[in-house]
Amino acid sequence: MDNILTLMTFIPIFGAALILCLPRDRDNLVRWVAVGVTAVPLVLACWLFFNFDRSTAGFQFLQRGQWIPSFNIQYIVGVDGVSITMVLLTAFLSFLCIFASWGITKAVKAYFALFLLLDAGMMGVFVSLDFFLFFVFWEVMLLPMYFLIGIWGGPRKEYAAIKFFLYTLLGSALMLISILALYFNTTDPATGQHTFDMMVMMDQANHSEWLRNGIIFGQSVPLVIWMALFIGFAIKIPAFPFHTWLPDAHVEAPTAISVILAGVLLKMGTYGILRINFAILPEATATLAFWCLAAVGVVNIVYGALCAMAQSDLKKLVAYSSVSHMGYVMLGMASFTQQGINGAVLQMFNHGTVTAMLFLLVGVIYDRAHHRNIDGFGGLASVMPVYTGFVAVAFFAALGLPGLSAFISEALVLLGSWQANPRLTMVAALAVILSAGYMLWALQRIWLGKLNEKYANIEEVNRREIFTLAPLAALVVYLGIYPTAVLDLMGASLNSLNGVVSKFL
Amino acid sequence: MELGPIESLSYFVPELILAISVIGLILADLVVRRKEQLGVAALVVVVLALIAVVWGLPGQGDAYLFNRMIVHDQYAVFFKVVFALATFATIWMSLDSREVEKVSRGEYYALLIASALGMFFMATATNLLMAYLALEFVSLTSYVLTGTLRHNRRSGEASLKYLIYGGVASGTMIYGMSWIYGITGTMDYAGINAALAAGQGTPLILFIAVLLTLAGFGYKIAAVPFHMWAPDVYTGAPIPVTAFLSVASKASGFALLLRFLYPALSTVGAGGQWQALGDGGWQQVVLLLSMVSMTIGNLAALQQDNIKRLLAYSSVAHAGYMLMGLAVLSDEGLRSILFYLVVYYLMNIGAFAIVMLVANSTGREDFDGFRGLAWRGGAIPAVAMAIFLFSLAGIPPFAGFIGKFYLFAAVIRADFYLLALVGGLNSVVSLYYYARIVRTMFLDQPAGGEGGVELDWSTGGLLAVLTLGTVVFGVYWAPVIALADRSARFFLG
Repeated sequence: MDNILTLMTFIPIFGAALILCLPRDRDNLVRWVAVGVTAVPLVLACWLFFNFDRSTAGFQFLQRGQWIPSFNIQYIVGVDGVSITMVLLTAFLSFLCIFASWGITKAVKAYFALFLLLDAGMMGVFVSLDFFLFFVFWEVMLLPMYFLIGIWGGPRKEYAAIKFFLYTLLGSALMLISILALYFNTTDPATGQHTFDMMVMMDQANHSEWLRNGIIFGQSVPLVIWMALFIGFAIKIPAFPFHTWLPDAHVEAPTAISVILAGVLLKMGTYGILRINFAILPEATATLAFWCLAAVGVVNIVYGALCAMAQSDLKKLVAYSSVSHMGYVMLGMASFTQQGINGAVLQMFNHGTVTAMLFLLVGVIYDRAHHRNIDGFGGLASVMPVYTGFVAVAFFAALGLPGLSAFISEALVLLGSWQANPRLTMVAALAVILSAGYMLWALQRIWLGKLNEKYANIEEVNRREIFTLAPLAALVVYLGIYPTAVLDLMGASLNSLNGVVSKFL
Repeated sequence: MELGPIESLSYFVPELILAISVIGLILADLVVRRKEQLGVAALVVVVLALIAVVWGLPGQGDAYLFNRMIVHDQYAVFFKVVFALATFATIWMSLDSREVEKVSRGEYYALLIASALGMFFMATATNLLMAYLALEFVSLTSYVLTGTLRHNRRSGEASLKYLIYGGVASGTMIYGMSWIYGITGTMDYAGINAALAAGQGTPLILFIAVLLTLAGFGYKIAAVPFHMWAPDVYTGAPIPVTAFLSVASKASGFALLLRFLYPALSTVGAGGQWQALGDGGWQQVVLLLSMVSMTIGNLAALQQDNIKRLLAYSSVAHAGYMLMGLAVLSDEGLRSILFYLVVYYLMNIGAFAIVMLVANSTGREDFDGFRGLAWRGGAIPAVAMAIFLFSLAGIPPFAGFIGKFYLFAAVIRADFYLLALVGGLNSVVSLYYYARIVRTMFLDQPAGGEGGVELDWSTGGLLAVLTLGTVVFGVYWAPVIALADRSARFFLG
């Protein structure tokens, strides 16, 4: 199974091609083919989960190949503790989202083909270890996303789609320049050539003198490159003040795409910072982490929560809650403690499952009522008990109730961060109250209280919707009780990464 | 190796084929009744010339021909292939174009081939006089081609504007060339190089001379501030001619410019690096032109409602991107420009082919003609157009990204970080207007009454090749970069 990661990445691409070849008007056939195509990576992901060596910090399931030898561009894929959780999450959510997309009726073939391309792009980002390959996947994802939001989205879809595209491309432009600067200043000791191989870049001994101590635009070179990369990733997270694309994109996107956006795409930002900024430029990370990660993270937490509280649209509320919750990831990463950094990556995984649930739940109600106005409902619990059960799990998980998954990760982040930045941590901890506030307030207005007669006959969740929600709910509960299942996947790699950066503190 | 007129002829077969066929086409126009046969004949001629260019490769070494007027080297062969392919695609498009049906086609095809012949000379000239004549030859044929829609006011206006701008630019250029002759006492590139290396002329005088000369080149590649003609000419000319001007004419300008600035005005110094002779002040000018061209081109394109006009400004911006590779004055830069030209050929001809397809069935060249294209029977052209446009914007996995990647790599290799930053930000700006077309095709619904778009086999075949090239070279481009590498070699005697 040496090429398992390659298979997981490229099977969706072939699936997309296959779907385009299917006859028109056979919508159900297209959907079931999409199910089959995403099921294969999911099965492979399960295999990966059981066969992943949890005791080593290095990369596993490595596969290497030459791509463009004249520029020393290689095809390198592999996973370690940082990426394995994201690979699992991507495979899992992609599979579920096919079912969440069942209601799409416009240009079904195109939708699922684009969705599978998106799936391949996301998987590629998490497994690639050649910086050029990483960048290609990073960008490849944008095209299907643009169309998925733009064609199948809500009323302001055009605006949301192009805003998302332009923001990300701005970050990408800076990233491309940084990648080239890193390339020309890294020499592979084995071959004497410049290289995009991240594993070579991660050894600072291979960096040129200029990359270590040079001056550019009046600033130290590593700091400038770090910032350029950081802006690229921060836009994706999205970190304040680059977050403004998120509410638009999340609200206008169809349900399944919101799930993918919040569940997987946002994690690429924090993943990129860990994989690239932390590992390749640890000294600059140690210098800049407080302001760029910890402080910005706390702003995200508080500002996101306050914005969420002010929303009247349920989907927008969930979108802003993402901004808030991603702040914990940044805060945890910046603590450079074992609890903090493990908590951060666990939070990435947990936020993926919890927010996916939230968006799916919003989708359920929107499909029935055709609006998402928080004040437009009331007392739905009495007519939709099963649905309200799922809502309760998701909402309580999102606000950090002990016993559910997000509590563990947020607690770890706060514990770790307290040792490094106690003042910021205090603010972040107090913001948990805000988070409980907007979640409970929304819960109360929509599901509790007197039943709005308009929705007395609203339909309960159907079996397909339960099929998408139940696995997520089970995972949220399971990881709340036994987080070690995920924590021990990443522990070794994260602790070694933390060690690399901590040297420079 | 230097060859006299008679020995040179064996190197000269492609040009001879083109020259004879120009006369042949005009004569055949008198007797052939079904005029589209002339187009097919022109197509065959271009293929023959292309074969002759490629065929001549193995046996013939690099050499100066016709007493050092022109030169045969890998660089020239590369450009001849590009020109031949561009002419081929243009003729192919012309066969399908509704606009071209209305013109007198014998002259039209003869002029196209003549223009290609002129471009062959632009790629090979190693003498200021020859360079000037070749450039004028191409310009004159282009003026007529632009005005070929005789009863169309816009076409005539475009032709006149093109002529006036061209006159001013080439006048400035030949004035600059006369200064260079005054400084060095020779018109031969190698002679100029030797004289400058020996220290003749002060840097300031040389700088002014090169600056004046750049006007002519800048006009041919449509770089700011010599780009003013482009929007009007691109809008007025028939679409195949626009495609021809935007690709072949620009490439020919670069062919001339690169040979002038590299082998004539620069020298390979210690460590195999190119160095400008004199103080190299023109390098700063090229750097500035590059930044200004892409910025102004992109900003102006944001406002356009006519797709041809939009693509005109986009082509100004692309001239700016390619100038980045020139500003760094290195082998990497040279190679990246050649690579970019190949890619630019694929995506830009492709984009114009779609514009023609839409114009053929709707008669419109503006955004309204493209509204909801994907939803009214034009799904395949719309997807192809999206691929070309995203490639132009430089988004992977399309070839345009790889082209930009190599340009940026050359720029960063030379530590021109500010230029890289300006280029990167410009790519972001450009996405907005390219995506605007994509949005009109896919995200907007047809208003009704636009009419369907029919894809016939002929245009479909051309599009298939161009799309395939744009995608395949975006994923695996090793052969193209190897070709560019091999072709980035000048014969220096």
